[in-house]
Amino acid sequence: MEQFVSYLTIFLIAVFVGIEVINRIPPLLHTPLMSGSNAISGITIIGAILTLHASHSWIIQVLGFIAIVGATINVIGGFVVTHRMLGMFKKKD
Amino acid sequence: MEKAYINLLYLVSSILFIIGLKLLSHPKTAVRGNFTGALGMFLAVVGVFLEYGTIKQSDIILIGSAILVGTAIGAYIALKVEMTGMPQLVALLNGLGGLASFLVGGNSLMEILETGKNTELLSNLQFTISTAATGIIGAVTLTGSLIAFGKLQGLVSEKAVRYFGDQIVKVLFLIGSIYLGYLNVIEPTKIEWYWYVVLVASILGVLLVMPIGGADMPVVIALLNSYSGLAASATGFVLGNNVLIISGSLVGASGILLTQIMCKAMNRSLPNVLFGGWGAAASTAETGDIYAGKTKATSAEEVAMLLDMAQRVVIVPGYGMAVAQAQHAVRELYNQLTDRNIEVEFAIHPVAGRMPGHMNVLLAEADIPYDKMKEMDEINPTFNTVDVVIINGANDVVNPLAKTDPGSPIAGMPILDVDKAKTIIVIKRSLSPGFAGVPNPLFIQENCLMYFQDGKKATQEIVTALKDT
Repeated sequence: MEQFVSYLTIFLIAVFVGIEVINRIPPLLHTPLMSGSNAISGITIIGAILTLHASHSWIIQVLGFIAIVGATINVIGGFVVTHRMLGMFKKKD
Repeated sequence: MEKAYINLLYLVSSILFIIGLKLLSHPKTAVRGNFTGALGMFLAVVGVFLEYGTIKQSDIILIGSAILVGTAIGAYIALKVEMTGMPQLVALLNGLGGLASFLVGGNSLMEILETGKNTELLSNLQFTISTAATGIIGAVTLTGSLIAFGKLQGLVSEKAVRYFGDQIVKVLFLIGSIYLGYLNVIEPTKIEWYWYVVLVASILGVLLVMPIGGADMPVVIALLNSYSGLAASATGFVLGNNVLIISGSLVGASGILLTQIMCKAMNRSLPNVLFGGWGAAASTAETGDIYAGKTKATSAEEVAMLLDMAQRVVIVPGYGMAVAQAQHAVRELYNQLTDRNIEVEFAIHPVAGRMPGHMNVLLAEADIPYDKMKEMDEINPTFNTVDVVIINGANDVVNPLAKTDPGSPIAGMPILDVDKAKTIIVIKRSLSPGFAGVPNPLFIQENCLMYFQDGKKATQEIVTALKDT
């Protein structure tokens, strides 16, 4: 329970930090914000790597493999596409 | 390595995520912000390998090849996607995040059952409840995103798919997945419960997004973005990992905030989007009566003449422009007009397009300077000094009924006040209603001219006509 409360504390504080930080982002950049934050949600890759142990049953390995692939696509795809988009917002003329 | 150092590394990557998001708030620093976020992710992955300790070679091969496959696919689709396809891509990536999350939840549970290690977690409510939460949120995120992807890609009907009693069915599935989650919590040794949770929540995801129409997609995409963050955060509770909790909640907060902004831009509440029926009752019959011969059609030559005499022109881009891939033609028009010392600006409604900020990206792709893209609140007070406003494929966001008809489905939605401009040109293929399914009285206004044509073709024809004048 104690552990849970400390995790909950971290969670809620991060939510407030997130709202404070993101509130300042102008609509102009909402799409890059989305794809960028989307990439960050691929942080599940950490969990996916942690749960993949080759010593266990094949089903855990297969599911772990799929989880890592999915999370990696999320991370790489998110960051790369955000970079592409931001390149277009460079100051012109 | 000592756990404390690894946690310190996770803390650094969490901070990098926050700084990265902060830097995204200005076009000048945004590229750096994106790199900062990527660096944070890299450090977190380094951290997880350190946490692993000694890794068996077979593990390295398995993990390495999974990362390689994911990187190749992710990079390929990110480099290939058209800017108009951006909402689909974001939806798809969201879904994959959700998929990874519920698989991690299931794996954590199975691992304990198979190895007999850490069995004390099974009686730990935090572990079991968050595992069930991962299953529900992750699965809803996956299937909801896939349906959103299908709708945006045109694979699933873009219309709001409603049927009798659909609300009740949704609520039943929601209660069902929560109840199965509860069974998973009290009986965690039976892994079936977890997969039943995932199954029922998967159906719930489909049911939640199917009844939502194209006009509400910006809200749905933002909401699913939030879910994918919450799913990641829930896996953090499962694994007891702070970096997952923090970054997941950052994404969750960002998604919720954007959802709120989108809802406000349409003057609707979130429950109304999720359970309401905008776009459900599009009766085309009455639209014909309202227009009945009262609209005035125009031609490229006439538009060119009007533009040639104008001093200030505002272009309103909408989804029709995106579909027609007309952004480059619009840039050509912008060039022609600015060459004649005509002031040209773009009026962007927050919910124009299919995701928050979608129009900005399309215009940026076509090299329109971002300081020419004006937000609704900024440009609205200035419409009375506009000589010509060109509406390219937008409909609901310029519909005056939002202000005048309290019974209309779009009542109260803030709109672009284009009706105050001297001349209004509407580029639209037909008089069909927009996604809200209501006619637009703007089209029969005295100073409004209809140019019935595809957004791209029309713009190109205007450019050609301009060159001739």
